[in-house]
Amino acid sequence: MIDPEPLPETVVHRDRVPGGRYWSMVIRRGFTLRLVDPEGRANVATLLYNPQNRLERYNMADTLKGQHTSKLTRGNMLYSDMGRVMLSIVEDTAGWHDTIGGITRDADIVRKYGEHRYQQYRNDFYRSGRELFLIELAKWGLGKRDLVANLNFFSKVYAGADGVLHFDPENSQPGDYVDLRAEMDTLVVLNTAPHPMDPSPVYDPGPVDLSLYRSPPVADDDYCVQFRPENARAFANTAIHNCQG
Amino acid sequence: MTGINLVESALDPANAVCREVVPAGEPWLKELRKGQTLRILDLEGNQAVDTLFYSLERPTAERYSAIDTLQAQGNVYLTTGTQLMSNEGRVMLTITADTCGRHDTLGGACAAESNQVRYGLEKKSMHSCRDSFLRALADSDYGLGKRDLASNINFFMNVPLTPEGGLSFEDGISDAGKYVEMRAEMDVLVLVSNCPQLNNPCNAYNPTPVEMIIWDAAKG
Repeated sequence: MIDPEPLPETVVHRDRVPGGRYWSMVIRRGFTLRLVDPEGRANVATLLYNPQNRLERYNMADTLKGQHTSKLTRGNMLYSDMGRVMLSIVEDTAGWHDTIGGITRDADIVRKYGEHRYQQYRNDFYRSGRELFLIELAKWGLGKRDLVANLNFFSKVYAGADGVLHFDPENSQPGDYVDLRAEMDTLVVLNTAPHPMDPSPVYDPGPVDLSLYRSPPVADDDYCVQFRPENARAFANTAIHNCQG
Repeated sequence: MTGINLVESALDPANAVCREVVPAGEPWLKELRKGQTLRILDLEGNQAVDTLFYSLERPTAERYSAIDTLQAQGNVYLTTGTQLMSNEGRVMLTITADTCGRHDTLGGACAAESNQVRYGLEKKSMHSCRDSFLRALADSDYGLGKRDLASNINFFMNVPLTPEGGLSFEDGISDAGKYVEMRAEMDVLVLVSNCPQLNNPCNAYNPTPVEMIIWDAAKG
């Protein structure tokens, strides 16, 4: 068990999302969202939107090619399709967060885990990542057209030299956490359904602990801003977006 | 599926129902019927062709999905045999021939704003694939727009991943005369931007025309 850094005294909200459930909130610029994997088996599928213009959203391709990476960890920034930074990964103990694995759909869940419908199982019924995203997105007026390639915090998918994709079930340990600093107001929509490549034959997705705290000011030598020249330019674009308050 | 799968086509361009050259920096929007085959021909070599597909029946509801395509084949690269999947988990097209051997679907399309981030804040005025996509959609009547621009395919583009999590845009492995061919498994709308990128080697720093060739089913 890794002991997460004690939460700063600036914490304003804490919550736990059980496995196989959803959550969303606008994270204001100047606040940081911490995700903790308390049991070492969380998968947090995540999408990001600009609440003022929901056509602007997290862009997998721009994030990856801008930082020459297919994984995300401390120092990386999550780019929108408008050349701006939505969230910065200011702390990370897991070391790898997935960007290409996607989500499960209903048929995947039935095929892998069998059918567990509400009628028989009440609130222990099995839910897919796509179902949970569509429900939570709908509350913000978003839908299938807005469902793009998502992040999977705490999961690791890597490609061999032949391009074959592999999943590492040992990536995240109990207590691992990642801190996401909002550089602009960002609608975060997440769910905790199993990762589509999770080899476990049992449907038992882990919970995630959330906390929200006020970020310290972004210093000139900020690790994320200085991590790559692309990050500094994306951050400069974000500053223009924020220049009126 | 282990990556490169070189397969030549038996189709004869003399029997094609459509042959159109798309100059660099221009979009191309075309309806393709189930059973028709589309060949994209790299006329001068190393030319990235940014491509999206939409269900012709329900263009705003069903579209090409890079992530579903990777998930279905368990591999990041596209080549002969790859089934191009929709966000609804259905096969939209199948790659039936490929003389290049590897195509990308993670690198996305260039845009004015991402060019700024990648190459310099002063690059915003340079032409980009997203501008071509948006222009083509805005001038059409399919009801599609920026909201419908998800991760695309980059035919002829080489974006290798490493097991350590690296990703880079490398010099292309295509050459003049190489092509990729795909058969439509449903009626689709094809949206192409023949890439105008001048800042990286995806077009060998010299964007060039490509030819789009379409055959009807069983008319090879």
